[in-house]
Amino acid sequence: MIEVKNIHKTFGQNHVLKGISTLFEAGKTNLIIGQSGSGKTVFLKSLLGLHTPDEGEILYSDRRYSEMDSTQRRNLRKEMGMVFQGSALFDSMTVLENVMFPLKMFSKMSESEMKDRANFVINRVNLSNANDRLPSEISGGMQKRVAIARAIVNNPKYLFCDEPNSGLDPKTAIVIDNLIHEITAEYNITTVINTHDMNSVMEIGEKIVFLKNGHKEWEGTNKEIFKTDNAAVTDFVYSSELFKKVRQMYIEERD
Amino acid sequence: MQYLKNFGKYFLMLREVFSKPTKWNIMKNLILKEIDDLIYGSLGIIIFISFFIGGVVAIQTALNIDSPLIPKYLVGFTTRQSVILEFSPTFCSIIMAGKVGSYITSSIGTMRVTEQIDALEVMGVNSLNYLVFPKIIALLLYPFVIAISMYLGILGGWLAAVMGEYTTSAEFVKGLQIDFKPFHIFYAFAKTMAFAFILATIPSFYGYYMKGGALEVGKAATTSFVWTSVVIIIVNYLLTQMLLG
Repeated sequence: MIEVKNIHKTFGQNHVLKGISTLFEAGKTNLIIGQSGSGKTVFLKSLLGLHTPDEGEILYSDRRYSEMDSTQRRNLRKEMGMVFQGSALFDSMTVLENVMFPLKMFSKMSESEMKDRANFVINRVNLSNANDRLPSEISGGMQKRVAIARAIVNNPKYLFCDEPNSGLDPKTAIVIDNLIHEITAEYNITTVINTHDMNSVMEIGEKIVFLKNGHKEWEGTNKEIFKTDNAAVTDFVYSSELFKKVRQMYIEERD
Repeated sequence: MQYLKNFGKYFLMLREVFSKPTKWNIMKNLILKEIDDLIYGSLGIIIFISFFIGGVVAIQTALNIDSPLIPKYLVGFTTRQSVILEFSPTFCSIIMAGKVGSYITSSIGTMRVTEQIDALEVMGVNSLNYLVFPKIIALLLYPFVIAISMYLGILGGWLAAVMGEYTTSAEFVKGLQIDFKPFHIFYAFAKTMAFAFILATIPSFYGYYMKGGALEVGKAATTSFVWTSVVIIIVNYLLTQMLLG
């Protein structure tokens, strides 16, 4: 569980996060949505500890980030997994080496135990026959699977994903969304996903936080977001023709 | 003001590089890889340049001796002094700033752009120790490269002088031996060690703290080359004044 209490973040004159408070529960797929420049990435990086908020608190299972020393913060990061927008795989390492990397760095497992564990998560993300290939030799969807495998190999308590299906075709994007959703429930992970993909919102958004200009404009579930009257949210959600038509059908059905 | 800020940031980076070490069995492999990339991979260009520059120094010296009162062994003496005191330690380091420095900046910069450094940090890895420390250790072998450069520079000078019939082999060798001060070797290797540290850390600094995309990686590599060269030249002046002045 991650509890965010009134966090602010400023870069120079630019007040990016303006007092955001929310709660991300374990075992649920939490989404942060909003337009580009709304503060989503800064918010996610603040949750990861890559940015320190100027004001406010972030609590990881009741542990205050601001009260941790650098060693405790580094140890906390070992409980986190992150799937970056561009996958951020180490391009000099093979798929297997990438997945084994967190284990090599922090676990006391033997080489064969590490390989077994890595192969287990590689199978879990439905990736096969790619162990010896370099990231540059596999497709974007496969890279995302490797990134997910690397993020969960150390049994993280917290999983963060930055635009996990950007650059993927709609079918692969749904597969990746479902995979993250399944893993979240299966391992009771607190998952926070930064996205602006409405398909993800519809499919896996168990909790959605909508940001606008650094504020939390709205929060709720994927069922509630299609019924809300909040103008900023509806403007965002129904910005595509497809969703406009879906809404029209919903209204016609209701009436 | 920005220069002052970068100066402070550079020393803060160094503090982080030497803190929270990476596991030895991982670090060992990283060091071996860096030795291969930075040291072994640079031998070709250093060998080539040293050999021919040594030859050019010998020919230039011989051509500029007009007076019959100046002994011919001066060709060997000048080649030795030029190569050992300045060419090998300083100018090879400037060349290395272009070759190794650009490689370090662009490889670390690309890792920054593609969020690989963020990935290390998120995992709880001290990314500065992981990326920069192996380069510093690998470049501890840089004096061996410079020793090879010295040897080949003098060999090139000897071959050019003798084969071009500017002087005899005996005269050249006499010039190499005359008024030899072992302290000059110490001075040359002391400089080399300082330059090795600069070569490992300044390009890393520009790669690690770069912002932007692919275009900025190129810009950072250029800036890194300029500043590494400037610092090498300034440190060269200071060490020369301190050790020989």
